[in-house]
Amino acid sequence: MNGKLVKDLKEAIRLSGLEDGMTISFHHHLRNGDMVAVMVMEAICEMGIRNLNVNISSIFDTHEPFIGYIEDGVITGIETNYMGGVVGRAISEGLLDKPVIFRTHGGRPSDIISGKSPIDVAFIAAPTSDCMGNCTGKIGKSACGSLGYAFADAMYAGKSVVITDNLAEYPLVDYSIAENYIDYVVVVDKIGEPSGIVSGTTKITKDPVGLVIADYAARAIDASGLLVDGFSFQTGAGGASLAAAKYLKDIMLRKGVQGSYGLGGITSYMVDMMQSGCFKALYDVQCFDLDAIASLRTNPNHMEVTAAHYASPTAKSSAVDSLDVVILGATEIDTNFNVNVHTDSNGYIMGGSGGHSDTAAGAKMSMIVAPLSRARLPIVVDQVMCKSTPGHTVDVLVTQRGIAVNPLRGDLRDRFLDAGLPVFDIHELRDMAEKLNGKPKMLTRGDREVAKVIYRDGTLLDTIYNVPVR
Amino acid sequence: MKEKAWAGTMESSDIYVEVEPLATGSGIDLTVNSVVYAQFGDAIEKTIMETLESLAIDDMKVVANDRGAVDCTIKARVETAVRRLKEEA
Amino acid sequence: MRRSMLFFPGNSANMLLNADFLGSDSMILDLEDAVAPTEKDSARILVRNAIRDLGYTREVIVRINPVDSPYWEKDLQTIIPVKPDMIMPTKVSCADDVKIISDYIAGLEEQLGMEVGTVKLIPLIETALGVENAYQIASSDPRVEAIFLGGEDLTADLRCKRTKEGNEIFYARSRMVMAARAAGVDVYDTPWTDVEDYEGLIKDAEFAKSLGFTGKSSISPRHVTFINEVFSPTEEEIQYARDVFATIEKAKAEGKGVVSLRGKMIDAPIVARAAQVLEAAEAMKGGR
Repeated sequence: MNGKLVKDLKEAIRLSGLEDGMTISFHHHLRNGDMVAVMVMEAICEMGIRNLNVNISSIFDTHEPFIGYIEDGVITGIETNYMGGVVGRAISEGLLDKPVIFRTHGGRPSDIISGKSPIDVAFIAAPTSDCMGNCTGKIGKSACGSLGYAFADAMYAGKSVVITDNLAEYPLVDYSIAENYIDYVVVVDKIGEPSGIVSGTTKITKDPVGLVIADYAARAIDASGLLVDGFSFQTGAGGASLAAAKYLKDIMLRKGVQGSYGLGGITSYMVDMMQSGCFKALYDVQCFDLDAIASLRTNPNHMEVTAAHYASPTAKSSAVDSLDVVILGATEIDTNFNVNVHTDSNGYIMGGSGGHSDTAAGAKMSMIVAPLSRARLPIVVDQVMCKSTPGHTVDVLVTQRGIAVNPLRGDLRDRFLDAGLPVFDIHELRDMAEKLNGKPKMLTRGDREVAKVIYRDGTLLDTIYNVPVR
Repeated sequence: MKEKAWAGTMESSDIYVEVEPLATGSGIDLTVNSVVYAQFGDAIEKTIMETLESLAIDDMKVVANDRGAVDCTIKARVETAVRRLKEEA
Repeated sequence: MRRSMLFFPGNSANMLLNADFLGSDSMILDLEDAVAPTEKDSARILVRNAIRDLGYTREVIVRINPVDSPYWEKDLQTIIPVKPDMIMPTKVSCADDVKIISDYIAGLEEQLGMEVGTVKLIPLIETALGVENAYQIASSDPRVEAIFLGGEDLTADLRCKRTKEGNEIFYARSRMVMAARAAGVDVYDTPWTDVEDYEGLIKDAEFAKSLGFTGKSSISPRHVTFINEVFSPTEEEIQYARDVFATIEKAKAEGKGVVSLRGKMIDAPIVARAAQVLEAAEAMKGGR
């Protein structure tokens, strides 16, 4: 049975009817091990198709060849939710004429489904697929676990092409994306580099400062009044966030709190929390390590969710809406609690919202964990260089020096004080860092727009300008 | 005096300083590389020059690789490197 | 009030920058074992600058190299001018070891125009001879405010294995407490070295407290929270202490001489203990 198998990538591209000026899409579940996006661009380039708009859920450093395709006019537009430092630097230096469109993990599927950002051809890397296009990330030599970010692409693109390196017998058992959305299936030697797809294990920080931050974060959650039966939780995969999850687990077990669900990108620590009885279920939009993949494959309470189910603001409901607490990172936070996760301290793009602003908006308490300063640069600034997440959705900042609470959340402030936690005004934290480090010189930005940050509701949140080359 | 001396590390929040003697009258030949050059480059240079002055150094080649060190660390590493050069350590 | 002490490697710029924020009542900035012989010079200058410029709010103790090393005099020459709260001399085995250091510090204090006796001492006792001489060491000099047990080096000297159960240092711990209390100084316990074993740490700290130790040192900031908890007065102890003073006040108002609480006469030791408890409770507010 040959089903929808076509002989190679170029044949699939030809059959899809891809033409100059169209929009193509990719997902980022293979993370920094992804070989598919570059492989597809190479084939497109060889076929002489140009002027494409690329909608990719995240760009990693492995996508560096995109820079060449932009220079050559093959790629003329980029829409994404996150951009790593390598491509980010080139964009910040003015590589692309049209500003990059940044969305959130919830905003992207919302706009795809509503037709605001239509996709002509979706290219879906799939660690395992059958010949009709039933596919999954749970098994295969390039297994990545959840395919959450790829569902909207598969379901709403004009044409959907599955690219796999592990062809399974029809019908694939326990598929993620179903055949009724797929037009063509291409088998290639290798879709990804396993070492870049997931880390073997995610590790919590050993840095003492990170551990103190984690300790305060866990104690603040304990004091928030939200840590009761039914508790739901999301945390990032950063060292301090994971350490906080570990300390939170200790507290939950000691107090016998039975939570409802863990959400988001899932690590071995979240799996361990579920297995220890802290949560009944995990909603998994992205696996970060091998333990998470194994759990998703074997434990029915560990469920794959689509990006729309995870965080879409226009869905009838999404999982972030019922979230109690989320722990998030920041490169900068200003005294109005606006958070920057898009640019580094020199203004270069090196990140993006991902689910940052979605979860901050949904959770009853959104908590930023960050050191008071990094390499002499204070975390608290007067005004962030880029507003990635609006301050009115950010409740708490936890540093090693103490905790600042958004003035909108006087209730939390009172609870933290009652628990004996060191609570400061956010201006005080800024002043402490400045006293220690000195006041950094303000940078001058360029005057060319290089990216637009679109909030989850579709409004323009901020504009990122070029960094003048020194 | 030694031909060359150094102090510090390349760890975050530290600074690695290398010093070499220069002939009298050459002045200070200072090169600063820093991860926070845009924000603190001038401040780092000023701190290094002041530290050299306090150590009565008029002629010296100094190369500093900064990883976000605060003033008291910069001063310590410069002083240690100079003392090592003068074999006072 | 000193319940916990945390060690920081003296040549780590990042750790010194954050030392004040990691929750311990005292911080021990280490020039000895945590610093390689080739970096002794850079560590003492870095520690000096940190104490001088970083505005530490917690008690600062500097651990110096032993008197049989070529470093201790330079350590003191560099550090005393910035007035650390205490110096921790290492491998102290007899009263003379303390005297040598105390006299040397006195010379520096005079030179610097500081009041002689400003800088206190907390000798680290980590040899069999040191344990046997613990009382002499504790009472050797008015600078000595506390003594400190180093279990790792001690067990090497005893030629036995250091275990989690700690039977091998039981005698030393008891002897140290006895000597310290007899000399009227505080006494601090050796660190718990398994960074991840919190249950073991808590048991070990509770045992040390039950023997009479004032507090415990640590090599991990995460341990500090637990140590502070163990060595802090409990709610019951705090309530009892409050009741003691309330009863005394009431008795005074009523003109009574002898007072009792819960059937026990309130005597001087009970009042002293209650005062310690309330002082500790006050110091604990609003922090780790």
